[in-house]
Amino acid sequence: MSDRSDGPADADLPDDVDPPDDEDLEPESEDSAVEQAAKTIPRGVPLKVDGLRKEFGGITAVDGATFSVEAGSLTGLIGPNGAGKSTTFNCITGVHEPTDGSVQFRGEDITGDRPHAIANRGLVRTFQIARELDEMTVLENMMLAPGGQRGESITRSVLPGLRSDVVDQETALRDDAWETLEFFEIDHLAEEYAGNLSGGQRKLLELARALMTEPDMMLLDEPFAGVNPTLEEKLLDRIHELREQEDLTFLLVEHDMDLIMENCEHVIVMHQGRVLDEGTPEEIKANEEVVEAYLGGEV
Amino acid sequence: MSAVDDARGLLERVFARDAVKVFAMFAGIWVLFYWFGSQLGYADPFILSLVRRVTFLSAVYALAVLALNIQWGYAGLFNIGVAGFMAVGAYSTAMLSGSPGGTPPGLGLPLPIGILGGVLAATVIGLVAALPALRLKADYLAIVTVAISEIIRLTFNSPAFADVTGGASGFDNLPTNPVRTLLLTEPGSIISDPTGIGQPIFSFATEYGIQRLTVLNTIYTLGTLVVLLGVYLLLERAGKSPFGRVLKAIREDEVAARSLGKDTQNFKVRAFALGCGLMGLAGILWYAMGPRASVVPVNFRPPLTFYIFIALIIGGSGSNTGSILGGALFASLLFEAPPRVATIIGNRYDIAADPANLVQALAPIGDGELMPLAGFLLNNIDTLRFIGMGVLLILLVQRRPEGLLGARKETAAAVSLDESTRPGTTPERTTAAADGGEADE
Repeated sequence: MSDRSDGPADADLPDDVDPPDDEDLEPESEDSAVEQAAKTIPRGVPLKVDGLRKEFGGITAVDGATFSVEAGSLTGLIGPNGAGKSTTFNCITGVHEPTDGSVQFRGEDITGDRPHAIANRGLVRTFQIARELDEMTVLENMMLAPGGQRGESITRSVLPGLRSDVVDQETALRDDAWETLEFFEIDHLAEEYAGNLSGGQRKLLELARALMTEPDMMLLDEPFAGVNPTLEEKLLDRIHELREQEDLTFLLVEHDMDLIMENCEHVIVMHQGRVLDEGTPEEIKANEEVVEAYLGGEV
Repeated sequence: MSAVDDARGLLERVFARDAVKVFAMFAGIWVLFYWFGSQLGYADPFILSLVRRVTFLSAVYALAVLALNIQWGYAGLFNIGVAGFMAVGAYSTAMLSGSPGGTPPGLGLPLPIGILGGVLAATVIGLVAALPALRLKADYLAIVTVAISEIIRLTFNSPAFADVTGGASGFDNLPTNPVRTLLLTEPGSIISDPTGIGQPIFSFATEYGIQRLTVLNTIYTLGTLVVLLGVYLLLERAGKSPFGRVLKAIREDEVAARSLGKDTQNFKVRAFALGCGLMGLAGILWYAMGPRASVVPVNFRPPLTFYIFIALIIGGSGSNTGSILGGALFASLLFEAPPRVATIIGNRYDIAADPANLVQALAPIGDGELMPLAGFLLNNIDTLRFIGMGVLLILLVQRRPEGLLGARKETAAAVSLDESTRPGTTPERTTAAADGGEADE
């Protein structure tokens, strides 16, 4: 509530108007049905960020960002360097505790929860620089991710009677892992140490590994940075496929404007820690302010 | 059926290659020390005693190294207080099971309770020390553990608690060595009548001229090896499981592990507690009873921790088998061998020179005289081996950071993770996977 007044309180945001976003988003015919459902069943909106603020000492990295991400959507989060995109990600996923504001996931408040708790709720992220586990094989990396592994208990892994359960579960997980690796076409690397992969392969692995947690929503922090065009195409295909088949929701930070405009149906523009505008790619392109702030007036 | 398969698979896996390595190494050590003994002109019973001694030291080192491996090798927890946790174990067992009549008085509890209590005490002290520090960065854990280790030692050393701990002269009133209880009617007296079990063993030994003390110590050493095997199997299972996998992930990148929903704090605490408890056990078997029994504060100074770290690095941190190899190689080759070698050389060549310092040893080299240097090196071998350890450590870290086995990269999973496990591959390849026949379903 208070955060809502936070956003528009700044004079340089005249009629982008954050508040209405929540209630009566853009009047799009097909989205409005989803939007209606979202109002009655809060689970329809997987992610809702409200008046998010994060200060580091005297610097305000995120200054009252408010937006929501719809179920099953591929939403792009863009903005110039220093706009607060990564900090927003970190606040959502529990890496940083927000100074103010709230984060809701599937209708539940997750503000300030610890990262592993948030991941276990089905909101999983990848990193700008891939965090593969170098001295573990690709398959091992994959097997790490799934939740609810019985063998994470020492007694169950050690005691003879209980261990067979662990082995059964491991066998099933291994099959899942192989399948997921095949889906991302990195199964030929299964026995390779993750540290030996190329930059692009690491990105694929990280995405595949995150998928092993069986998330409802994925936050991808620059998934295409340092990825060659062929691989980028592959990654994008996979993301679209997952969205359609598994009903996954994606929020991705990306610098490549063309890529965002072509692939996302909803775009959120951040600038100086605030949401400058959001809407369809066409609407964003039409907004002169965005063009000014982000595109340097080129387009 | 699956339990049998499971057990057989486990046995196959354990004894496939690693066991061969370990047995080969122990055999090598035994042959080497047998040779040392024969070169020194020892009679066979004394050679047995020498081999027994080096085996015991290897086993207890290996035990401590295994305990450190779960913390440092797997989870990357930098515990430099190993000696302190060993002290807690040894002292607690001594205090719990020492006789109430001795000085300082013990509680006189049965030894199994004493041992259990010692292990628990080390675990609890480890948790108390580490819980706040585990929340912080790795460096703080290192600082806290080294400090707690010294606090523990100085507390035991303090005259203020001498009534309870024995102060600087140590806890003299040690529990009875269990092997003595087993073999002797009066465990306190080595010349007392043997028990029913002791009778055949002692008479067998007498035929070969082996003294009773050697028999007792040898059996105790064999018992230590059994405990070592048990702890190895325990840690091998704990490591090759989802638990071990999360620990490895924490070592590699804790942020990544957390982002995948792993409560890394919880895993670190459990790994640390397990490691500290086993360090306590190592301290108990090493110092609280058995051939080297002496619960004295000077036993638990920081160098002990560093030795255990060196041993772990030699073997390759992250590998349980490597831990055993490293512990045994350190104890035998770096610790026990140099003085024997010096004696053998001293006996064989007549090196009379005994320079008082390095200058007097080096100066004659200008005149072509090497004997003073040789004499200096031989006479100071005890000190020089520490320089050797330092050099070795530097070389290992620079040239072979993965250790002898390089097994830091062993996969952590309860099942095999190689190519043959890919679903849809031919069944005979799948069953061939060394994971206990579970792969085909």
